[in-house]
Amino acid sequence: MKLELRGITKRFGSLIANDSIDLVVEPGEIHALLGENGAGKSTLMNVLYGLYQPDGGQILVDDEPVSFHDPGDAMAAGIGMVHQHFMLIPVFTVAENVELGHERTRGLGFLDKRRARAQVAEVSKKYGLEVPPDALVADLPVGVQQRVEIVKALIRDAKVLILDEPTAVLTPQETDELMDVMRSLRDGGTSIVFITHKLREVKAVADRITVIRRGKVVGEVGPETPAPELASMMVGRPVQLTVDRKPAHAGEPVLQVEGARVVDARGQVSVDDVSFTVHAGEIFAIAGVQGNGQTELTEALLGILPLDGGRITLDGRDVTRADVHDILTAGVGYVPEDRLHDGLIEGFTIAENLILDAHDTAPFARGASLDLARIRSNAEERVAEYDVRTQSVDAPASTLSGGNQQKVVLARELSRPLRLLVASQPTRGVDVGSMEFVHKQLVAARDQGTAVVLVSTELDEVLGLADRIAVMYRGSIIGEVPSGTSAEEIGLLMAGTRPEQLDHAKLSAAAVSGPAGNPAFGADTDDRDQEGEAR
Amino acid sequence: MSVTEAPEVREEDAPARRYTEPPVTLRRRFGTGATVVVIGLLCVIGLGLGSHAGYDATFQLARPEEFFPVPDLVLPARITSIVLGLIVIALGVVQMARGFSRSGLRWVLVVTIFCFVASFLCWSTTGGKGTPIDLLGLLEQTLFLAIPLILGALAGVMCERSGVINIAIEGQMLAGAWAGALFGSVTHNLYVGVLAAIVAGAAMGWLLAVFSIRYMVNQVVLGVVLNVFALGLTGFIYDAIMQPNTLTLNSPAVFQQVAIPGLSKIPVIGPLFFDQTVIVYITYVLIVVVDVALFRTRWGLRTRAVGEHPKAADTVGIKVLWVRYRNVMLGGGIAGIAGAALTIGAIGGFSKDISSGKGFIALAAVIFGRWSPRGAIAAALLFGFADALQTVLATINPPVNIPSNFLAMLPYLATLFAVAGLVGKVRAPAADGEPYVKG
Amino acid sequence: MTTTAETETPPAPAPEPETPRRRSLGSNTVVVTVLAFVAAMAVGGILIAFADEQTRTASSYFFAYPWDTFRYGFAAIGNGYLALFEGAIFDPGRAANGTLNGYLGPISETLTSATPLILGGLSVGLAFRAGLFNIGGQGQIILGAVFAGFVGFHWDMPIGIHVIAAVLAGALGGALWGGLAGLLKAKTGAHEVISTIMLNYVALDLLGYLLGVKGFQAPPYGQAISENIDDNARLPHLLGSSMRVNVSLFIALLGAVFFWWLMTRSTLGFKLRAVGGNQFAARTAGISVERGYIVVMLIAGALAGLAGVAQILGTNPAITGDIDAGIGFDAITVALLGRANAGGTVLAGLLFGALRAGGVQMQSSTGTPVDLVEVIQALIVMFIAAPALVRAIFRLRGRGGAVGAGELAKGWNG
Repeated sequence: MKLELRGITKRFGSLIANDSIDLVVEPGEIHALLGENGAGKSTLMNVLYGLYQPDGGQILVDDEPVSFHDPGDAMAAGIGMVHQHFMLIPVFTVAENVELGHERTRGLGFLDKRRARAQVAEVSKKYGLEVPPDALVADLPVGVQQRVEIVKALIRDAKVLILDEPTAVLTPQETDELMDVMRSLRDGGTSIVFITHKLREVKAVADRITVIRRGKVVGEVGPETPAPELASMMVGRPVQLTVDRKPAHAGEPVLQVEGARVVDARGQVSVDDVSFTVHAGEIFAIAGVQGNGQTELTEALLGILPLDGGRITLDGRDVTRADVHDILTAGVGYVPEDRLHDGLIEGFTIAENLILDAHDTAPFARGASLDLARIRSNAEERVAEYDVRTQSVDAPASTLSGGNQQKVVLARELSRPLRLLVASQPTRGVDVGSMEFVHKQLVAARDQGTAVVLVSTELDEVLGLADRIAVMYRGSIIGEVPSGTSAEEIGLLMAGTRPEQLDHAKLSAAAVSGPAGNPAFGADTDDRDQEGEAR
Repeated sequence: MSVTEAPEVREEDAPARRYTEPPVTLRRRFGTGATVVVIGLLCVIGLGLGSHAGYDATFQLARPEEFFPVPDLVLPARITSIVLGLIVIALGVVQMARGFSRSGLRWVLVVTIFCFVASFLCWSTTGGKGTPIDLLGLLEQTLFLAIPLILGALAGVMCERSGVINIAIEGQMLAGAWAGALFGSVTHNLYVGVLAAIVAGAAMGWLLAVFSIRYMVNQVVLGVVLNVFALGLTGFIYDAIMQPNTLTLNSPAVFQQVAIPGLSKIPVIGPLFFDQTVIVYITYVLIVVVDVALFRTRWGLRTRAVGEHPKAADTVGIKVLWVRYRNVMLGGGIAGIAGAALTIGAIGGFSKDISSGKGFIALAAVIFGRWSPRGAIAAALLFGFADALQTVLATINPPVNIPSNFLAMLPYLATLFAVAGLVGKVRAPAADGEPYVKG
Repeated sequence: MTTTAETETPPAPAPEPETPRRRSLGSNTVVVTVLAFVAAMAVGGILIAFADEQTRTASSYFFAYPWDTFRYGFAAIGNGYLALFEGAIFDPGRAANGTLNGYLGPISETLTSATPLILGGLSVGLAFRAGLFNIGGQGQIILGAVFAGFVGFHWDMPIGIHVIAAVLAGALGGALWGGLAGLLKAKTGAHEVISTIMLNYVALDLLGYLLGVKGFQAPPYGQAISENIDDNARLPHLLGSSMRVNVSLFIALLGAVFFWWLMTRSTLGFKLRAVGGNQFAARTAGISVERGYIVVMLIAGALAGLAGVAQILGTNPAITGDIDAGIGFDAITVALLGRANAGGTVLAGLLFGALRAGGVQMQSSTGTPVDLVEVIQALIVMFIAAPALVRAIFRLRGRGGAVGAGELAKGWNG
């Protein structure tokens, strides 16, 4: 099936998310849609899938114009979509999830569970996508959940499969598996639209690449295009994201974690026997694929989650049992990974958000009362200093863009004397300009003698900023390596290869490993051959 | 590294959120077990040893005029209480020592409640020196009082499973009670009355649906306001036209009991379940239909999908808002029947605030029953029993006088315990109460 | 388990260009509130006409002679609302006798009815701001009245001290009952909507029990009514004994000032608002969410308890089973109309107090049932909660969210 988009335009108020985008997906090809966060990729696909109505332009299937009013229309036309956030119902079984919306019934609307199960088994056998039909989706690993999503699309006879940022939640190994699935589907005649911002994956699997930037198509190229060129197409200028930084002058130990163990509310060990020390004036990075215990570890450092075992000391003082308030007042700054969830109160003004963790101390409080004048002048100073783009400090935080919201969080956390800064995914979902700003601030904090813990799933960020790097895997620190370690090595650790196996693994991988390239795009941009399997 | 080689579900890779219940923590296991043991001790010491010795507890299971004479059940009161208490203690000890599975624990709860109630009844007879308890009457009364609660709870389950919180059950019941009485009187036809009750309840449901789905008003707030609205409106019309014209507008007939041939002759069960009014039979049908439909049909699958993850349902082409409208109005209709049960199913005429909080007890039953139809019905029966017990206890004069007000508190206290997680954590449908916005 | 590699959350679609004036009208909360009131009164008018015997008779020959229906209908509505006005604000007929009571009697009734509504509305509004929905006003009012009443008739204290002790006891009673719901929420996560509803009924049953117990029940123990409050413990009247308005009005106004200070000027209020705005961010900033829940429910309960105090030490001579008189639930509508802020709640309380006072007069002079007031109240709040509906009725354009909706927990799991 051939799919064509002609001049698709989608506006949200004054924001033009898609500006007359043209895209042709030929039958049996993997077509990558490459662009930065917020470039308009997901919006475009939601238009294609009938979730949004375009303000202009045409969709053609096999050269016939079509219009999709809801996802049902798109599915009927043979378009299937695997959303970035899986559209699966956690408390349903795999079979129930797959059949939902086009259920098999035995008259009177009674479900035919046996046939549903058989159908799942059939499709998963046909495409080599094994899924357990009777397992509850919630109990499955992310990689398997993604397979369920693909089965869901295939069972509806999808001829064009849209994969929206499919690798964001996968381990490198699962990513490789997914790419194999994509290739075998393509060879079976299914077209695939692969949405991503990761260059390495695009180059590994795509047949053609369309790059979009700020809602516009910048160009269509082949996979042989050199990575730096793709990168500059994507970002719109020559990429220079390396942060200038001098060597660290590590001082005395500030944070010591010994044998930390966190058991979550469900009785699962999410942090298992983690030990490390962070010194004043260094950036200690914790790398790893999402969901390997980093979130729980940072929350434990802040006293949000209780430790089940182990000890945390801050400047020699035992803070294992201290609460959040104590830890913050002991000079710890915290940039949470999900700023809207944990970092800001959207209904509060910018001024109020800037004193969230200092509202009851001088100079913002006088007894039981707030000093509104001080709060306001503080806000004006911070907004100017951190270049927060807003009309007024009395505007609610919800009116700010993602990057500016992150600046508010940073301004709050860095504006008091810190001994330790814990920054978790500090650049997630912010534009390139703000990203540079955030990185500079982290380095500046380090240079002032603050100990910095940087938790990141983005290898390039870790490589660009860290003085020392620890990799977390399944709740433990699987290895600690110095700054300057290659992206491959860290990638292998992230996939769970033990450091002692590393040399062997490196031999097979290194045969094809290219130059480290631009460290800012580290793992994503290097030209290493994907087939060189790390085993 | 072909894909087919990696089918096993790697436990360690599991996502952070888990829905299948995790193993129960030791502390919770002990807590539950200890609670059960305490209840057992209460049976043995309080109800067994605390009773007057030497009396038999007599339970009447049949009316004298019945076809098959069923002999009274006579038990030595003190011994029975103690034995039942010991059973409960044993269960509690096993729970502490080894722990029951989830489903096992549910049965432990059922058995514990049964033993406690039975030993309580034995104890209470000894105060009146062996006055017999009309057990059949007690159960009949229980069913009678539980019917509106069951229907109200089904209404709640219907709405909330599709993701709309229904605090307005009370208002829907009130509208149904009012319409049933009014139209039953005017047309002299009780079936028209039931129909009117369904329409009135569904109309209240429609208001809930429009304001919550279309205008996205906070559903809890809305439910409360709709209750005020229904109370005011029915009260207004009652005072304005029904009260002055009671004979023509507020004197409906009452559904009479219809014995089902054959079934009604079964001892105990027959007179209890199969010599009932049409509304009770409608209730039986609805219980089966709602339970089966929710878990075995396409309608049920889609309803639950919309209540758990509306966006996922939308992406597979299910009309989320339509499913919600439909379910809320159907639920309203069922709550309307619950209202009719209060007027033309029981006493006939309507009076102000006749539902007097039954809608809220039905809501409590929904939550106590963890949003499942069966659980909600069981909870409704339990609450009905607590209510019926008040009248029975007044006649038999137990050893220690229990003020009826305290018995009346039982459903509310039980629900408080339930939501506080003392009998296991309750989980509402994930999207319950959240308006759905496309995109 | 959400990984946000790309979050493209587009802003809400902006409306089409339009004339600025109509738009600003439709976005103005005051305008929407006034229009909601007008719409609700219009529906109420239809009900008045419906309740009028003459209009109903005329409507039976509506198609033959429709004018009669309209004539009688509008006459009924006019008379009804006139009586409402006379009962609530000013009655020329009563004023004709020249006494103070004649002039100020209706206002006194309005203020008397408004007092517990304001206090109850502040209670509900305060909880709203911390993200909790306090439906437990009824129970908290009952407990407040029971505590205040018990101190009022059972203790023997000197004049002055007695009334203060009784007022404080009432606040304490409400605080205990509200705090219980807060404690359950903080320690076990029990949803406050369920627990406060349940506590309402427990309080009702408790009151029913107390009203049958010697030492609480008034001799000769035949009726479910408590002993009379000691004169020392009564709140003094403001305008002489012929009018019911009393010092509890000042308690309500002080409560409003306290509410304002707490929510806009205090560090405690900042914490509570933070908990209501985003409990996770509050927790991350070192604010104890659990403590917030308990504290806010203690204060909210105390405010509702003071509404009970106004009832028992101000207006009613003794406690009856109906001491709450629907205030607990009406308070929710007051808080919603008042948009959970101090000034708005006072105004909303005054409005609904006037409706209550006027409704009584309307019933006695035109026979229109007082329940009409409940209907109007509910409708006002429904219209306000759905501004889009009001704008549609009056063909206005504009934007603006529902009342307080963003500050409330959305579902049972929230």
